[in-house]
Amino acid sequence: MQELRAAARDSLAVGVAAAAMGVAFGVLVARSGLPWWWATVFASVVFAGSLEFVLLGLVTALAPLGQVAAAAFVVNARHVFYALSFPLHRVPGRIAKAYSTFALTDEAYALTAAPAAQCWSRGRILCLQALVQVYWVGSVTLGALGGTLVPAAVVGLDFAVTALFVVLGIDAFRARRDVPAAVTAVACALLGHVLFGGQAMIGGMGLFTAYLLVRYAAGGRAGA
Amino acid sequence: MPEPGYLLAAVAVSAAITWGLRALPFALLGPLRRSPLVAHLGAGMPVGVMAVLVAHTLRDVPLAVPPHGLPTALALATTVGLHLWRRDIVLSIVAGTAVHVVLLSAILR
Repeated sequence: MQELRAAARDSLAVGVAAAAMGVAFGVLVARSGLPWWWATVFASVVFAGSLEFVLLGLVTALAPLGQVAAAAFVVNARHVFYALSFPLHRVPGRIAKAYSTFALTDEAYALTAAPAAQCWSRGRILCLQALVQVYWVGSVTLGALGGTLVPAAVVGLDFAVTALFVVLGIDAFRARRDVPAAVTAVACALLGHVLFGGQAMIGGMGLFTAYLLVRYAAGGRAGA
Repeated sequence: MPEPGYLLAAVAVSAAITWGLRALPFALLGPLRRSPLVAHLGAGMPVGVMAVLVAHTLRDVPLAVPPHGLPTALALATTVGLHLWRRDIVLSIVAGTAVHVVLLSAILR
């Protein structure tokens, strides 16, 4: 119970952002002509927000499955970096590990990125991930069901996700106050878009990883 | 209209690849957990990941046509400013999103 309460507190901000973005995605599914419950299936089974937006565009255009697979790989390749800090070692048990890796979304990663999360309990981590999934699936379903009720003139709700990542980025910066790293992070993210186009996320992440490696080799703030 | 069988296959392919990308790196990283290099990367990564995610969510903002991304810039300023000042995650997200929706839906379009 105490763990559920801690998880609810930790995930509040994600709940707000997921609700806004989930409703936006549900509305898009409703407007695409698919039955509303496909929104719920996408949200619960794929459970990767940005991929679901891309996937909806692909399936309504009847794209071949190979193209779907390529998109899934490109959009979600950034997740390979999350194993570096996500506290999976705090989640014993095969089924629990299976769920915890399945539900390792950007939000779950970001909420466990602070050093304190390395000693959270299994219950707290699993409750946190389950709550994020409930927020996401619930808001997507609501959006799909009420899709026709939202006036077409209301746009821009998707900024909630941008704001969520901005806020979590500022908090990640506050944990270490590493100004050169923060400036380089922004530069790598922008350079990724200029240099790599469709592969911007992988490109930006690769550049930033290279920067961290060089700094490690140079001995600056190693392991700090 | 896409067939249910095709949609299910697309969902299954997406879910399998996503889960693989999330789960398999742990199998490779397990033995490296004690490495100081991995600790250094893990500690430094969040700021970089968030910057990349922010840029990703803003990739389709049209800068070349009016209002030249101004609603997004003002919403970003609202969220960043509020978060530096008040440190209240929910307030920063709600206020920034409200600024964005109001400007984009009603004023600057």
